[in-house]
Amino acid sequence: MNNYTKASFVTRFLEGLKAIQWPLIALVVILLFNLIFTPGFFEIEIKDGRLTGSLMDLLKRASPRLIIALGMTLVIATEGIDVSVGSIAAIAGALAVLTIRGGDITYLATQGTSTVPMLLIIVVALGAAAICGLFNGILIAIVKIQPIIATLILMVAGRGMAMLFTGGYVLNYDHPTYESLGIGDWFGIPVPIFLAIGTFLLIWLVTTRTPMGLLIQSTGGNETASRYSGTNTKVVKIIVYVMIGLCSGLAGIIFTADVQSADAAFIGLWIELEAILAVVIGGTAMTGGRYSLAGTVVGALIIQTLITTLLTRAVPVQYTLIFQASVVVIVLILQSPKIKELAFKRRARKEARSHA
Amino acid sequence: MREELGYKKDSFFRRNLTIIAPAVVFVVFFVIGGILFDKFFTLRVLLNLLTNNAFLGLAAVGLTVVIISGGIDLSVGAVISTTAMIIAVLDGSGMSPIVAVPIALLFATGLGCLMGMMIQYFDSPPFIVTLAGMFFARGLGYVLSLSSIPIDGEFYHAMSTAGIKFEGGAKLTVPAMIFLFMVAVTWFLLKHTKFGRTCYAMGGGQQSAFLMGLPVARTKILIYTFSGFCSGIGGLVYVFYTLSGYGLAALGLELQAIASVVIGGTLLTGGFGSVIGTLFGVGIKGTIQTFITFQGTLNVYWTPIFVGVLLFIFILLQKVFVATTRRGK
Repeated sequence: MNNYTKASFVTRFLEGLKAIQWPLIALVVILLFNLIFTPGFFEIEIKDGRLTGSLMDLLKRASPRLIIALGMTLVIATEGIDVSVGSIAAIAGALAVLTIRGGDITYLATQGTSTVPMLLIIVVALGAAAICGLFNGILIAIVKIQPIIATLILMVAGRGMAMLFTGGYVLNYDHPTYESLGIGDWFGIPVPIFLAIGTFLLIWLVTTRTPMGLLIQSTGGNETASRYSGTNTKVVKIIVYVMIGLCSGLAGIIFTADVQSADAAFIGLWIELEAILAVVIGGTAMTGGRYSLAGTVVGALIIQTLITTLLTRAVPVQYTLIFQASVVVIVLILQSPKIKELAFKRRARKEARSHA
Repeated sequence: MREELGYKKDSFFRRNLTIIAPAVVFVVFFVIGGILFDKFFTLRVLLNLLTNNAFLGLAAVGLTVVIISGGIDLSVGAVISTTAMIIAVLDGSGMSPIVAVPIALLFATGLGCLMGMMIQYFDSPPFIVTLAGMFFARGLGYVLSLSSIPIDGEFYHAMSTAGIKFEGGAKLTVPAMIFLFMVAVTWFLLKHTKFGRTCYAMGGGQQSAFLMGLPVARTKILIYTFSGFCSGIGGLVYVFYTLSGYGLAALGLELQAIASVVIGGTLLTGGFGSVIGTLFGVGIKGTIQTFITFQGTLNVYWTPIFVGVLLFIFILLQKVFVATTRRGK
């Protein structure tokens, strides 16, 4: 018996699929519904050398949400939560646009194309986002404040700071390279999709090719036990919160690049709820210890597909919130220990009968 | 009670530290305001503070009970806005307030009750359930109308202008009276009823509360129902205050309410706190806002930053407080 033989790639892939079977089935059902009832949902046209259509639009819109949800997956895996992601996105987006404008908020119309180097903009935006994440991480890991409250501080104060940076104005700008991060395309595919795939690959590599994934799982599973077995849980937590800070910052950049302006009041508003929803739908346990990055991808796609489906079926935008609430309630009921117990009893009875 | 259990009774100061601390901060802030600005240290400003923060305060009152029991309710802001929306829509259709107000309050209380049942029977985290409740209530508000609806009903107009007038233009308005009344009711509920004692016990440890034979399941559902009811009253007060209903009203209010409760000395881990502290917490938050209005040159965006900083300081103080209490025993 050697349990440690490396299973073949196909076996591992199938096992991975099995772990996220329920969210996958849900996604397939919604897509099938669209295939039958929404004409042209899967049509992809090539216009001006880029792919367009409902599906591309869906993937593009899902990208920034997915990026934040991936970070949220790791945070929830350590039995934490981060409700400040929307505010961090607002800070990063506001600072990026401010850098493009040379720190000037006084003029309202853009004065020609800006030549501020891309690297500087990204460093400023992501740097600020990382500092926000570090602040959260220190509060949670070292000061030991409950995650929801610790991140609440930045959620309240962060949006105020972003509003202060922009002076409450909607700041527009003219910087073609920066804009391309939101509206541009590489090889005909929108750039945000690449950024989301890149984030996924990066986090996937970090969690599977380094001990980080295992350390996150053990910290979330049982913090005391992991500490006694030599894990520096404080460092693990801080790293996780810095990572989600960076994810939020990147999402903030995409949001502001997409609309070519920064409105600090609305960048990433409600995003924390959508991100948590994507993670929970994807099968990551709120109690920590178990997580699935692939599940989160499916979760984010489910949410975006639902929203797009509702919109294409001419259901007014305002119903989407009620719809999302219903999805959360259904997932919660399905995940609840009572239902699991019932399912388990039923299976056990069935097995007992078949053995008899 | 504590003496009977063999504990040494703490001094009055120590027992009420979490009320005294916010009270002192509030008085200091108010005096500083009086020194810095003309006409700040007046009854008028004080009473306006109550009126302006009445609906926030009502949400915070309900939240205090929830947090003491070790839970959280994120739906308060959305419930306020949607309750106001329901009243506005029903008033627009010509329904009498005698029917419209109970219907709106029934919605708020019912939603709270449903969330409580969900948390109790399906063992779901309160954070997620009330988040879903928030989505649901906001969604319902949007469905009712995307724009602000003015309210013309005579009753609401009469309520919005009624009040007890004092010298110097000070007025104790109906919203302020309702807020103070609910603070008093909640104080009584927490201090002198079985429900209140069960709340504190649940916050201290749910398992032990259950093993003590306390009705944990029933109380949990009641707590969220009560919070829903308080937010519903908050919605009614919002109607008196603004004479309108708006789906985007009270956005982010849940966080301000949580901040007020924490600043008011209620421990986020549950089991400790008081609604009187929350009254001062709301007062401190309101004073900061009044500061910024009086100062005139500071941007309004400083309010959330100040609230955040204050929240941070008070959480740190709570940490110190809990640490020294543990050492004391």
